[in-house]
Amino acid sequence: MSVLIYIDHSDGQVKKSSMEALSYGVKIAEQIGAVAEGVLLGDVSTDLPSLGNFGIKKVYHIQNSLLQIFDAQSYTKVIAQVAQQTSAKIIIFSNNSAGKSLAPKVAVRMNAGYVSGAIALPETSNGFNVRKNVFSGKAFANVEVKTEIKVIALNVNAFSVSEGTGNAEVVSLNIDVEAPKVKVIGTNKTKGTVSLTEAETVVSAGRGLKGPENWKIIEDLASTLGAALACSRPVADAHWRPHNEHVGQTGIAIAPNLYIAIGISGAIQHLAGVNRSKVIVVINKDPEAPFFKAADYGIVGDAFEVVPKLTQAVKKVKGIA
Amino acid sequence: MKILVCISKTPDTTAKIAFTDNNTKFAETGVQWIINPYDEWYALVRAIELKEADPSITIHLINVGNADSDPIIRKALALGGDEAIRVNTQPADSYSTAFQIAEFARQEGYDLIFTGKETIDYNGGAVGAMLSEMLDLPYVGLATSFLLNGKTATITREIEGGEETVEVPLPVVVSCQKGVAEARIPNMRGIMAARTKPLKVVEPKQTETQTVFSGFNLPPAKAGVKLVSSENVEELVRLLHEEARVI
Ligand SMILES: Cc1cc2nc3c(=O)[nH]c(=O)nc-3n(C[C@H](O)[C@H](O)[C@H](O)COP(=O)(O)OP(=O)(O)OC[C@H]3O[C@@H](n4cnc5c(N)ncnc54)[C@H](O)[C@@H]3O)c2cc1C
Repeated sequence: MSVLIYIDHSDGQVKKSSMEALSYGVKIAEQIGAVAEGVLLGDVSTDLPSLGNFGIKKVYHIQNSLLQIFDAQSYTKVIAQVAQQTSAKIIIFSNNSAGKSLAPKVAVRMNAGYVSGAIALPETSNGFNVRKNVFSGKAFANVEVKTEIKVIALNVNAFSVSEGTGNAEVVSLNIDVEAPKVKVIGTNKTKGTVSLTEAETVVSAGRGLKGPENWKIIEDLASTLGAALACSRPVADAHWRPHNEHVGQTGIAIAPNLYIAIGISGAIQHLAGVNRSKVIVVINKDPEAPFFKAADYGIVGDAFEVVPKLTQAVKKVKGIA
Repeated sequence: MKILVCISKTPDTTAKIAFTDNNTKFAETGVQWIINPYDEWYALVRAIELKEADPSITIHLINVGNADSDPIIRKALALGGDEAIRVNTQPADSYSTAFQIAEFARQEGYDLIFTGKETIDYNGGAVGAMLSEMLDLPYVGLATSFLLNGKTATITREIEGGEETVEVPLPVVVSCQKGVAEARIPNMRGIMAARTKPLKVVEPKQTETQTVFSGFNLPPAKAGVKLVSSENVEELVRLLHEEARVI
């Protein structure tokens, strides 16, 4: 019996979200008395045996030039073959962009019950129950998985990475790889900035900023903090900011350690996507703004005065200035 | 060319979230129901735009649900689409929803199946991907733009840290999010036309229960905000550094 963890990577590096998934899968294996193993498709520059640091004993490394393109259909068939050959009972993904496409397909292929967006270790004393966010973070649900094989996609930033020392055995398996139907014709990566879903700190701004030309102070604060940028929906709708920065119930849901909301009123739909943040700081000139009710720290004041001062104060603490 | 758009019924985004029956069921009393925003704003509107560009396209809408879904199905038909299908069962999870849609879609043979990226109630985000696996079709998830050129689609999708544009032959299943289209409001003509569009009710196929939502609870309330004077921004940074330890 084994717990199989899918290890995602981009630009040759294993993603932080996959390290979370590895740590989570290893804990589940301990809990149920199984071995934890990883599966990685394609080429990486990371030293694979060092993935043993997360507690896995083996990494199944499937290399084939056909895997250079991410095609959910062909990837699913590969992962399912690995799961079958290794008798995996629980298969873990990160609930990141790749995991959201792969995990449900692998579940169907393995005839496994699926839980997306898990936020805690399963409760296994009475059945197999997984806790997840529902209603866009406004509530939690327990999902009981009834099938023998189970697939879980772990929310990003929901489980801390635990790293020790270990050596994983790298194993290659004989697996059929289908030619991908999908052909990549272009990529556009936001260079040098932190990915929004994985970011530990997010600086977000709303209509209170008045116009796209005023984002410099927001960008300065974000780069000082090493934070990712986000925005409210009307800001993205008005094309002040790209749509992939739109957070909330109908945008991207995030759970950073620190969320700084500047000139955002805190509408219920906005809160829904950000209320899993560990610490929320609100800067708003209106003391009645609903966001203060959901905040841990706040400053009532004009963003145009407060934000540059905040950037300076952060630089001082970080020893940058 | 036939397009299938999957439509889900969800509570309005401002609905009070509460639970009954010993916290095992969502409290539905007084709740306003809407078409899941991702399904309506992006999946459905993009299908309608494709039909506007090529009137020979047929659009079917499908919902898995009981008769309570009919009002939101009519609303969807008021935006556009030729006919709707409701599979008459309250689905238990993403799997059973995808299963019922797959059973229907297999007989019809669609060239293109659109879903929203997730529903805003149970946040499963899995129906499209599961459906594609059941039908053995390619899947492109989290699309932010969709173009059709004959028998292939050019789709931009979200990837970790950016976007990627791919080309894929039809038939394909695509999950849609912001960027794919701009939300629309139904007009009077659409509302009138929707009344006479066919809404076909089909009975569900037998399937197994894989997962059960066994209980719900609400997050603990926040302790309350600590306000810092705008004249003393350093104090906020000190608190974030020393107390909250997030800087
Ligand atoms: C179905 C549905 C789904 C939605 N989904 C989302 C979603 O996913 N995400 C989302 O964000 N919204 C969503 N919305 C919209 C949401 O209801 C709000 O309209 C939106 O979040 C408001 O954006 P905002 O806070 O930037 O703007 P506003 O509500 O206009 O607030 C601007 C704030 O800035 C403050 N301000 C103004 N000037 C200054 C200044 N100089 N310094 C400091 N503060 C200042 C004001 O006091 C005010 O609080 C959705 C709405 C609906 C109906």
